[in-house]
Amino acid sequence: MSASIEMPVVKDFEDGLHPIYLDYSATTPVDPRVAAKMIPYLTEHFGNPASRSHPYGWTAEKAVENAREEVAKLVGADPREIVWTSGATESNNLAIKGAANFYSGKGKHIITITTEHKAVIDPVRELERQGFTATYLDPEPNGLVDLEKFKAAIRPDTVLASVMFVNNEIGVIQDITAIGNICRENGVIFHVDAAQATGKVHIDLEKLPVDLMSFSAHKTYGPKGVGALYVRRKPRIRIEAQMHGGGHERGMRSGTLATHQIVGMGEAFRIAREEMDEENIRIRRLRDKLLHGLQSIEEVYVNGDLEHRVPHNLNISFNYVEGESLIMAVKGIAVSSGSACTSASLEPSYVLRALGRSDELAHSSIRFSIGRFTTDEDVEYTIKLMKSKIDKLRELSPLWEMFKDGIDLSKVQWASH
Amino acid sequence: MAYSDKVLDHYENPRNVGTLDKNDPNVGTGMVGAPACGDVMKLMIKVNDSGIIEDAKFKTYGCGSAIASSSLVTEWLKGRTIDEAYAIKNSEIAEELALPPVKIHCSVLAEDAIKAAVADIKAKQAAKVEA
Repeated sequence: MSASIEMPVVKDFEDGLHPIYLDYSATTPVDPRVAAKMIPYLTEHFGNPASRSHPYGWTAEKAVENAREEVAKLVGADPREIVWTSGATESNNLAIKGAANFYSGKGKHIITITTEHKAVIDPVRELERQGFTATYLDPEPNGLVDLEKFKAAIRPDTVLASVMFVNNEIGVIQDITAIGNICRENGVIFHVDAAQATGKVHIDLEKLPVDLMSFSAHKTYGPKGVGALYVRRKPRIRIEAQMHGGGHERGMRSGTLATHQIVGMGEAFRIAREEMDEENIRIRRLRDKLLHGLQSIEEVYVNGDLEHRVPHNLNISFNYVEGESLIMAVKGIAVSSGSACTSASLEPSYVLRALGRSDELAHSSIRFSIGRFTTDEDVEYTIKLMKSKIDKLRELSPLWEMFKDGIDLSKVQWASH
Repeated sequence: MAYSDKVLDHYENPRNVGTLDKNDPNVGTGMVGAPACGDVMKLMIKVNDSGIIEDAKFKTYGCGSAIASSSLVTEWLKGRTIDEAYAIKNSEIAEELALPPVKIHCSVLAEDAIKAAVADIKAKQAAKVEA
């Protein structure tokens, strides 16, 4: 990438208000090149792409179709297979509910994985309420789906399977080709949530045995509020619309198209296509540096397979340190925690629990996610910060003291409270 | 969640972190909580022959409020008699630190730790009398 593109947010971590951003899996800043391309479509070229009778509409429509082509190109699809949505959550809902309902005559059983994003789990739960049945498969402790177990879960009435490409919490890459082939052999429609995959792994839908695939713009340096759903044409996959009114997007998703958002997604995906190979090399180097630095701390555990994984993600548990105090300690960096300590009840990450991690290790996990604007300096600061804060919290931790004294904590009788 | 300044102060600069010699007959230890629940407190007090707490140390695995609660009670315990210590109520701790309702359990745990440490020292003293 060109050296003139700089992180578009203030980076002053000394004041504590602008911590170093290491949460690219939550969202990415809009690339300045993307923002520049979007702006004229808010003011100058404001037309409705559905307006067929004047140049305002024609200009907007052309921009939308160019963007559709860019999105299709990144994933090896035909532009006519791309349907615009408001984001990956809508794409997942449209794919899962739309396909399950359209093909419900063929069967009413759905297979998905316990580590899927809630935007997949919840639509499947909704279908269960409507009379479908579902199997939620646990992945192996490394986060990957066991193909034999997946095969065994297929029933004669299985109509749809949904497996994510790249996991949002632990970054592991599922074997989409193998899972898709199993689906094909059994006549099961296959949906893939690829929100975390674009710009990180190569996707070629011409070859991949996938029927439906969800995309998001804002995980790949595009704007929030726009996404897309790939709907295979050959063989043709049908879905029931979830949004009615106007018949936009060949009836699959009504609603006036958000031209500027769509233009942004197209530009973001064009940049991803052109720069991902180079970018991934740089990000892998930074990730390795971070991993190496953090592994010099005792009793740290990487969550999820390290080999079948995007380089952007590093999810690590720090043993004998409590999750919420850990989050308080790392205010200098913006990261995600495996612990949702917003309520009285501690809820450890369901993804880490599905890998078989103990509550304690799940609570004390941190997801570092690296992106386009991460620098060596950011990584060095993070390593230094983590080392000193983990040291401090362990100095305070009676569990660390017991561990150091050689006491097996699993054999201690804890006073319940 | 927003923490009170007092919680942040104790979290950033915890008082009296450490351990005392658990084999000392004048030292009482109270350990309460469980790792699976997200908090474990270890409180140690050293009591002189007049029954006054001369020193108190703690270690806590837990959230900021749990760390602050245990740090605060080590300050309060020094100079008090063990009976005065036993009378400390969790509500006093919660009030001093302005704990929100979801963090009241941290102050309960701190009270439990005091009671456990006092019970330990009393058991040790009773054993000494018998011997």
